Amino acid sequence: MKGNGVTGNANPLRRVGALFDGARDWWERAKTWQRFVVYIGALVFALILPAPWIGSFMSPGADWTTVLIYPIGTYMLLAIGLNVVVGQAGLLDLGFVAFFAIGGYTLAYFATEHGWSYWPTVVFGIFLAAVSGVILGAPTLRLRGDYLAIVTLGFGEIIRITANNTDEIGGARGIPNIPHPTDMPAIGLDFGVLPAPYYYLMVAAIVVVIVFSVRLQKSRVGRAWAAIREDEDAAELMGVPTFKFKLLAFAIGAMIGGLAGGIYAGKAVFIEPGTFPFILSATILAAVVLGGAGNLPGVMLGAFVIAWLPERFREVEWLKDALGKDPAEYRILLFGGVLVLMMALRPEGLLPSRRRKAELHEGTGGMGAMGAEVAGPDTDVSTEAAK
Amino acid sequence: MLDDFLNQFLPSTVGGLVFGSIYALIALGYTMVYGVLRLINFAHSEIFMIGTFTSLVVITAIAPASPLTGIALFGVMLLIIVASAAISGGAAMLLEVVAYRPLRRKGATRLTALISAIGASLFLQELFALVIIPWLTGNAGRNQQSAPRIVDRDTVFTIGNAAVRTDHIIVVVAAVIMMIALDRLVNKTKIGRGIRATAQDPEAAVLMGVSIDNIVRVTFLLGGAMAGVAGALYLMEFENTVFNVGFVLGIKAFTAAVLGGIGNLRGALLGGIVLGLIENWGAIFLGSEWKDVIAFTVLVVVLMFRPTGILGESLQKARA
Repeated sequence: MKGNGVTGNANPLRRVGALFDGARDWWERAKTWQRFVVYIGALVFALILPAPWIGSFMSPGADWTTVLIYPIGTYMLLAIGLNVVVGQAGLLDLGFVAFFAIGGYTLAYFATEHGWSYWPTVVFGIFLAAVSGVILGAPTLRLRGDYLAIVTLGFGEIIRITANNTDEIGGARGIPNIPHPTDMPAIGLDFGVLPAPYYYLMVAAIVVVIVFSVRLQKSRVGRAWAAIREDEDAAELMGVPTFKFKLLAFAIGAMIGGLAGGIYAGKAVFIEPGTFPFILSATILAAVVLGGAGNLPGVMLGAFVIAWLPERFREVEWLKDALGKDPAEYRILLFGGVLVLMMALRPEGLLPSRRRKAELHEGTGGMGAMGAEVAGPDTDVSTEAAK
Repeated sequence: MLDDFLNQFLPSTVGGLVFGSIYALIALGYTMVYGVLRLINFAHSEIFMIGTFTSLVVITAIAPASPLTGIALFGVMLLIIVASAAISGGAAMLLEVVAYRPLRRKGATRLTALISAIGASLFLQELFALVIIPWLTGNAGRNQQSAPRIVDRDTVFTIGNAAVRTDHIIVVVAAVIMMIALDRLVNKTKIGRGIRATAQDPEAAVLMGVSIDNIVRVTFLLGGAMAGVAGALYLMEFENTVFNVGFVLGIKAFTAAVLGGIGNLRGALLGGIVLGLIENWGAIFLGSEWKDVIAFTVLVVVLMFRPTGILGESLQKARA
């Protein structure tokens, strides 16, 4: 339990956390070949994941491969994108779903109304998402923290309401008959009714985005983001053009969101404004924070857990009998409760990055500096000492 | 277009003032909590929702055969306002204990607190949709629930082509009275001085013998009570409510708080009224389905030019 500042606590979540911490420490010391073994293992695992024998346990109520595409794969992709903004650059974005919507709507509109082919349209959607990220970011990134959060939330709602009220893009009725991706006979992928090819497309997209994200994190850009996240004023004083880098983070996050939108729309065939509610933004943000903002494996784990658990419990018979309702009805209730509990017990997330965790345990950020941070007559001594 | 605008200007202004007063009352809760804790209490919109349902239950229990007048109306209004304020205030205090106090103890970041707030908000909405509303009303929890009318929609007087009705007057007057009462409380009483001191410098406040926990509790209680009153007025005016009624209203009330200068009680009043008026006037040109877009655009524009809002942040600066 070194370095995490927690002593003598029998909280089971902490013990699981310690296990994760150990794995991370091993990873940091691992040699190149060891890392490659893990990469290949992960890829093989991803390829055999749709196997029916896994599916029968993981998702008895629905087709497992479909569940892997949406929600699991889509959430993961979105979470990786949002992680660039929230985890790496430390900007709070509550309207991330807007970029998902822009990617999806771009494909839907240009492919159905103008007959554009799939891939160029997806790329165009990514471009449009990046542009809208810049348009949103340019005036608002001067704002910090909570203000930014609320402005982005407003932006997400503006996009949704606009889609809802614009007849040109189907209004509230949405857009049906979105074309599937172009077939790729060279690698044996025919995009039709079967979900498997979409799953492999999703895996490919996630791999590309992971590589992209990791390379960025280790570059000068990533270090600039980390500096901004830790202390924006200090970064500015040391000569980091913070505004430029914040805008870049917004644009890159938006691009990944746009990509996710394109892939989703190509599979779903039909989208409508209701596909992009605020709750989705909140869910993805929760996935990022739950997993451990700033740490990719953590973020992906968070997205997986949040996407999968509701599906898993949808068809549990004894739960159904006990509740008298479809257990899935309770998923948002549970989700909300778990968020509150999780933040109280392990605010740094399931699988936090070492640096992030250290930041949190300093306890100097935000609300901590206000109010009860100060030692008072009723302050809990053990938590003070643990800092 | 201009003809439309001139024709509808006065009626829209009346509607904007009514909506604006409700925004302003909810905004007070955001602004007080933000002033003291630097926290967007995202679940405040659900405190408002709880207020609307408390009023719904009380009104349904009284179930007047026809709209009330005179002393009976006054009594019933007082009853639903007090009941909603009490229940909402209590709920807000409970919310603080469950969702925010553990984080405060640990010195968690604002991101953590915001996630916890979103979690609490979703939990409360779903708790009402799945359990409490079916139990209270016997209807499906996700449907809109309507309440019987208790105030007649009589025109009291007209300004140009705008009819000012009894219910409009009640909403605006009640909201303004509550806001003045809160303003007096924060500016003139001992507990108000504690709130201002904590907002300004919590460490110094502790050294001066202020109990931060008590101050936070009172802040949530007062903010929650204001949201409860807003809930009562909303239900009386619009005569229906739904489990997620707080979502858009809450965001707009927060917008109002930011617009006026968050942390500033008078700013919340100004922001609420300004927002209500602008979105109603804008709706004449664009249609009412664009109201929310107008509100959020106004937010972005104001923040661009004046990030601290119209009146600036100032719960700290002893003006409250």
